[in-house]
Amino acid sequence: MTQLPAQTQKKLGLVIDLDTCVGCHACVIACKGWNTENYGAPLSDMDAYGGDPVGSFLNRIHSFEVQPEKGPAQTIHFPKSCLHCEDAPCVTVCPTGASYKRSEDGIVLVNEDACIGCGLCAWACPYGARELDQAEGVMKKCTLCVDRIYNENLEEVDRVPACVRTCPAGARHFGDFADPQSNVSQLVRERGGIDLMPEQGTRPVNKYLPPRPKDTMKELGADAADMSPVTGNPKGFLGWLDKALEAL
Amino acid sequence: MAHTEPFLETSPPVSDEIRKTTCYMCACRCGINVHLKDGKVAYIEGNRDHPVNKGVLCAKGSSGIMQVTAPSRLRAPLKRTGPRGSGAFEEISWEEALQIATGWMEPLRKSAPEKLAFFTGRDQSQSFTSFWAQNFGTPNYAAHGGFCSVNMATAGIYTMGGAFWEFGQPDWERTRLFMIFGVAEDHDSNPIKMGLGKLKGNGGKVIGVNPIRSGYNAIADEWVGITPGTDGLFILSLVHELLKSGKIDLEYLTRFTNAPCLINEDPASEEHGLLLRDADGKPIVIDRASGKPMAFDAKGVRPDLAAQFEQDGHTHRTVFQHLAERYLSDDYSPEAVADKCGVPAGRIRAIAAELARVALEEAFELDQAWTDFRGERHEKMVGRPVSFHAMRGISAHSNGFQTCRALHVLQILLGTVEVPGGFRFKPPYPKPVEAHPTPHCHSKPDCPLDGPHLGFVRGPDDLALKEDGSPARIDKAFTWENPMSAHGLMHMVISNAHAGDPYKIDTLFLYMANMAWNSSMNTKGVMDMLTDKDENGDYVIPRIIYSDAYSSEMVAYADLILPDTTYLERHDCISLLDRPICEADGAADAIRWPVIEPDRDVRGFQSVLIDLGARLGLPGFVNEDGSAKYEDYADYIVNHERRPGIGPLAGFRGDGGQTGRGGVNPDQMDRYIENGGFFIEHVPDEAAFYKPWNEAYQDWAVGLGFYDKPQPYLFQLYVEPLRRFQLAAEGHGKRQPPDHLRAQIREKLDPLPIWYPPLEDDHVSETDYPVHALTQRPMAMYHSWGSQNAWLRQIHGQNPLYVSSKIWKENGFRDGDWARVTSVHGEITVPVAHMAALNDDTVWTWNAIGKRKGAWALDEDAPEATRGFLLNHLIHELLPARGDGLRWSNSDPITGQAAWFDLRVRIEKADRQAESQPVFKGQNSPVGKGPDVVRQKVRP
Amino acid sequence: MHPAPSVIIFTVLSGLGFGYLTWLGLGFPAVTGWTAFFCFAIAFATAVGGLVSASFHLGNPQRALKAFTQWKTSWLSREAWISVLALIVMGLYGFCAVFLDMLVAPLGLLGAVLSIATVFSTAMIYAQLKTVPRWNHWLTPAHMVSVSLAGGAVLALQWRAALILLVIAGALQALHWILGDRRFAERGHSAETATGLGSIGSVRMFEPPHTGTNYLLKEMVHKVGRKHAQKLRVIGFIALILVPLVVVLAAPANPFTAAVATLSYLVGAFASRWLFFAEAEHVVGLYYDGGAKAS
Ligand SMILES: Nc1nc2c(c(=O)[nH]1)N[C@H]1C(S)=C(S)[C@@H](COP(=O)(O)OP(=O)(O)OC[C@H]3O[C@@H](n4cnc5c(=O)[nH]c(N)nc54)[C@H](O)[C@@H]3O)O[C@H]1N2
Ligand SMILES: Nc1nc2c(c(=O)[nH]1)N[C@H]1C(S)=C(S)[C@@H](COP(=O)(O)OP(=O)(O)OC[C@H]3O[C@@H](n4cnc5c(=O)[nH]c(N)nc54)[C@H](O)[C@@H]3O)O[C@H]1N2
Ligand code: SF4
Ligand code: SF4
Ligand code: SF4
Ligand code: SF4
Ligand code: SF4
Ligand SMILES: [Mo]
Repeated sequence: MTQLPAQTQKKLGLVIDLDTCVGCHACVIACKGWNTENYGAPLSDMDAYGGDPVGSFLNRIHSFEVQPEKGPAQTIHFPKSCLHCEDAPCVTVCPTGASYKRSEDGIVLVNEDACIGCGLCAWACPYGARELDQAEGVMKKCTLCVDRIYNENLEEVDRVPACVRTCPAGARHFGDFADPQSNVSQLVRERGGIDLMPEQGTRPVNKYLPPRPKDTMKELGADAADMSPVTGNPKGFLGWLDKALEAL
Repeated sequence: MAHTEPFLETSPPVSDEIRKTTCYMCACRCGINVHLKDGKVAYIEGNRDHPVNKGVLCAKGSSGIMQVTAPSRLRAPLKRTGPRGSGAFEEISWEEALQIATGWMEPLRKSAPEKLAFFTGRDQSQSFTSFWAQNFGTPNYAAHGGFCSVNMATAGIYTMGGAFWEFGQPDWERTRLFMIFGVAEDHDSNPIKMGLGKLKGNGGKVIGVNPIRSGYNAIADEWVGITPGTDGLFILSLVHELLKSGKIDLEYLTRFTNAPCLINEDPASEEHGLLLRDADGKPIVIDRASGKPMAFDAKGVRPDLAAQFEQDGHTHRTVFQHLAERYLSDDYSPEAVADKCGVPAGRIRAIAAELARVALEEAFELDQAWTDFRGERHEKMVGRPVSFHAMRGISAHSNGFQTCRALHVLQILLGTVEVPGGFRFKPPYPKPVEAHPTPHCHSKPDCPLDGPHLGFVRGPDDLALKEDGSPARIDKAFTWENPMSAHGLMHMVISNAHAGDPYKIDTLFLYMANMAWNSSMNTKGVMDMLTDKDENGDYVIPRIIYSDAYSSEMVAYADLILPDTTYLERHDCISLLDRPICEADGAADAIRWPVIEPDRDVRGFQSVLIDLGARLGLPGFVNEDGSAKYEDYADYIVNHERRPGIGPLAGFRGDGGQTGRGGVNPDQMDRYIENGGFFIEHVPDEAAFYKPWNEAYQDWAVGLGFYDKPQPYLFQLYVEPLRRFQLAAEGHGKRQPPDHLRAQIREKLDPLPIWYPPLEDDHVSETDYPVHALTQRPMAMYHSWGSQNAWLRQIHGQNPLYVSSKIWKENGFRDGDWARVTSVHGEITVPVAHMAALNDDTVWTWNAIGKRKGAWALDEDAPEATRGFLLNHLIHELLPARGDGLRWSNSDPITGQAAWFDLRVRIEKADRQAESQPVFKGQNSPVGKGPDVVRQKVRP
Repeated sequence: MHPAPSVIIFTVLSGLGFGYLTWLGLGFPAVTGWTAFFCFAIAFATAVGGLVSASFHLGNPQRALKAFTQWKTSWLSREAWISVLALIVMGLYGFCAVFLDMLVAPLGLLGAVLSIATVFSTAMIYAQLKTVPRWNHWLTPAHMVSVSLAGGAVLALQWRAALILLVIAGALQALHWILGDRRFAERGHSAETATGLGSIGSVRMFEPPHTGTNYLLKEMVHKVGRKHAQKLRVIGFIALILVPLVVVLAAPANPFTAAVATLSYLVGAFASRWLFFAEAEHVVGLYYDGGAKAS
């Protein structure tokens, strides 16, 4: 239902490591593949081989350039899917109850059988996490692979979202944020996980690990002690070599 | 109203069946689980048990389903009905197609087999296709390595007996500092990403050297935005710093490299610059304890790096002394190279210091005893947690061979190859040059070739020259122009065949290479050559047979098309005989098998070759009674033996329990399928490192059949075969280079790494063409064929030219602007976009996004065809004419590697265009067009 | 936001229709019989026409009844209820007026309240969206209600009321534009907060996640040129406010002058509503090419 549950037992979500994501789009396509064949209607592609192809995707990789005050610009690949917000505005605006947040685990879902395709929930989401499927006319969003993570037809190791399972760099982590001991809670603590657009007050469950500091190596002058020449030795390089070989 | 939720089935059935096979969308060859529903492909995911990808899968692999349902798939053999390039074809039967092909090939084999040129692109079955070509008897066979990364492969083999590429990998578990040069994606794409993730998780650091900061370089802790083509100089400056400060691994150099080997220093000697050898041909070293000369592998010898030795009146000093003298020169000081490289001197020094610190101070020991090839027992394995990787960024330049060499020398000086924490080879590598064949080119009518086409020359005697000194091969591989062209020069085939230089051919037989488009330099020129007619109105290249699976640009230019299946519909073999899927810890190979049946009249190309081989009566393909030896490729994979007991697949041989060596096992294919489509044999712990010198490894390798007796060897800081070519250029020896090449050979084939500016710099003015223009592979696209994939093409449907902040400002560019990009060879007009994390003097774009109209079953107004573009129009396969009447190939003068990244251009703002220029007339689609809406779902 | 014709038609027509119904419900003018028939026909045609048009915006209009379930939280659901109630009550009221010649004042009053509440709830669908700072303000309902009542007053030939309401609507429209132009910046949304990368430096898009377009870009990252917008504002203001104002000031109230003023009002309302959507910057644009920042 459109009302948000007062509280959820678990808070399942993703941690995305911006220090490790290489922007390969693997998670985008694994997501497309899984969610096309599984939950709800297939994710359609309109004008698929034509001049203006538009398809539904639940996960997309943006790329940004960040210019620090000093040093070279940095490129940051930035995956984005539904953040399964605790105060999910997409849920409360929904007129039909199609959008709901599960009280069990906090996953935000769209019940496609009830969705009229009004688009309002997508308007309410600050993160662009919802796309209206053009062929089916229903709202599509990340399901957190709810049909994988509890799926008894999958081996236990595979009960993780498709995007997490496929990410070659290991930049995506799945777990329960309500459990302070979970892998995701620990990562967020250790690496200072952050919220996107906190000023929207959505309280996202998904967290982002910021890139580690870059380009911190200090330049060394010709007189650097670390690299003082052995060639300065009275007998030159050969003299040094002879001594060094003796010491072997 | 209470909070209620709809019922949700959280355990829906996933699929009816999983079939495990191998991905094909790149040379990484990950294991995949193909989920089938109602016999159709429903979902593809990575195979967790697979040694390569361990469950992960890239975007291309995950979208394999769109590759298998692509509307561009060829449906039946095609015979050309319109002019070449038009795309007008009629569908014919296989019998007719095979008769046409045999009708063309048979007379050639009987009279002049070299008139069939068989080039196989990014072939994953080279040991098989080369076997076919060898039996046909043509010398004209190679795959795509010449335009790809032969510099890397060759420099690696000659220096260390193995290369980066996918033949080795960092010890991801233990490395602490990883330096990566010129890599956007690479063949080992998933393992590199997994490795980077692991390394970062362990707190390791990454230094990325690349003019462009994207992908792997985006996550690098330190970015070195080097000026293209100058890595060699940068690396040698690091070497300078390390030598000067004495921060090198002397022990390692002494024991495992040819640093202590002795160079003849007498300019008057015929052997000047060659290594001193004993009667058995073994290089000699001076034992430091006794001061006596001894064979390098003598028991107990402790080679002396500082030795000097007189013999027969000639002075000899060690390789190490020569090396130190050269690189200690101030020419290589950071201050001397900084401007050229675009890297501040202080940063070069800092990187050298960091490499030295991690290699030497963070050294560690593994508690693993091992015995070296001199019989000495070591209680520990010393680890140096610094590793390197590099790819086409340094390789695809005309100074690439020497740059790759320089990098290997740097690795070796730090003692980081084949040690814990360093760079490790994947079996069957390491393998010294001596364990590789030399090239063979002697063809006779109606007779197989005298040996394998490709190999590693040891000196001028191995060049592929005819009696009269003219090139034996159509691509002029293994000639004085590029003596060490170990992978051939596929990029020169069409141009040479068109020019009739060195001779004319009759039939060009191509497989899996989009030569009329993105894999050629000078794309328009190539299209013209393919369609050019002689005075009689006949095509200058008389016949073209091509095998593709899809309606590519190249299809339009062939006379006969042999349509291949897609990768899920055929047998394949990823064999230890060519480019297997091994990991540093294990020897592994894999298969593909038809997890679904084709729904069209197509056949696996390898099976077609087997059929053709039998029809032509090629030895190796027919029994004594002339009947076909193999039913199809699957039959060949299981039953073919290269040497007794050694076949395409190493696993489950003999009774099913033998590995590497063993008789034919008729159940082998089933055993592979049961095992998930692959086989792996783990390297024993004692053999895991120091492989070239490790007795345990050598014995294990012999056991598996990589070679027939142990072949320990030394890393070659000094590469003697190069010196042999120099000697010839200096006038020594029987085989002499033509005079116009003497200087080039003397200068460029230096046995110690050198740096010289990319050759294009010599031919064009840097003031007229001040900007470097590069391409990168997008991780989510495979060359040209991702565009037919409805999912992937939405990610990369067009490609802007990314320009640096400097160029953006200089030209007053704004979002949405266009630019004219001019090289000495051509001009394109394309959309631009701004990138700040980019070398000041560099522009770049994604590779192979641009498409010819009508290709790939896309609509004519597809963004790939209207806004997408190729940089290839600006790159020529020949260097600009120098007025000497000669055709100088735009390739590395040592290996013939295509110098894609030497390109220099000029940028000017241009008017907004309706389409990227140049625009080509569209081709007909022999397969029609795709559907408007794709809603992929097998079972709703 | 993408100025979708169906939504523009919906808000303009239903705004006008319910505005008119409000006046009719209040008994201005107190019509019965055939006159009432025509008045109510016009009011219902616009109000219902607007609502029907809105359904063209739906992906699955056949399930529209489900939209009545979530009145507790959803303004769209509330709007569904209130509009239907308004139509029923006003239908009854109108039925009595036309066929029974009877003006049931309490019913009319209720209908008027529901009619204006419908316009208010429509406005709240937009005003509630934090993601669109320009809309997320009390001015949005105030403005929409005033425009609706003003239009209704013109149709209802209530010249005095129309005069006052047009002035108010004009003021609120101007204020909505002026303050709206600053809302995005005031909220502090930026590419830096959207990505959380601001602590490193300034953030700009390097490469979009896809080279083609997608639903979000089509729906929410619409950019309108500044000059174009200014021109439309002027046209919109003249047609929506000034022309009807002149008519009301200078001409007698009769069906003909009302029609002239209403036609102008409609032109202006369409322009204003087009801008209402086209100029609305959704924060998701921050993940794309500075979407919001640039416009
Ligand atoms: N500007 C620029 N140009 C470049 C490069 C660059 O970096 N910059 N890189 C160069 C390099 S390294 C390479 S390797 C080349 C790659 O160039 P190509 O090898 O030409 O690459 P593809 O576009 O993948 O073309 C391979 C052809 O194989 C076909 N194919 C795909 N699957 C199958 C199959 O199962 N069976 C058969 N028979 N055919 C199939 C495809 O349809 C396609 O027509 O490009 C080169 N060109
Ligand atoms: N996804 C995907 N994977 C592929 C392929 C594909 O098409 N798509 N193709 C496969 C093939 S055939 C190949 S050969 C490999 C190639 O794998 P890569 O070598 O990774 O291929 P490129 O994209 O050519 O990358 C060249 C890199 O070198 C950089 N570079 C260019 N010039 C210089 C220079 O002078 N110095 C330095 N330091 N860097 C430089 C470029 O910026 C670029 O990042 O990838 C294979 N894997
Ligand atoms: S990210 Fe968007 S769609 Fe997901 S819960 Fe938050 S507001 Fe809703
Ligand atoms: S589009 Fe569907 S899920 Fe979204 S608000 Fe409308 S009815 Fe609810
Ligand atoms: S959790 Fe599942 S649905 Fe969500 S982005 Fe990942 S793969 Fe897609
Ligand atoms: S798969 Fe992993 S590395 Fe690749 S884009 Fe997604 S999050 Fe980034
Ligand atoms: S890296 Fe990707 S395309 Fe290449 S084999 Fe692996 S999954 Fe396939
Ligand atoms: Mo390649």
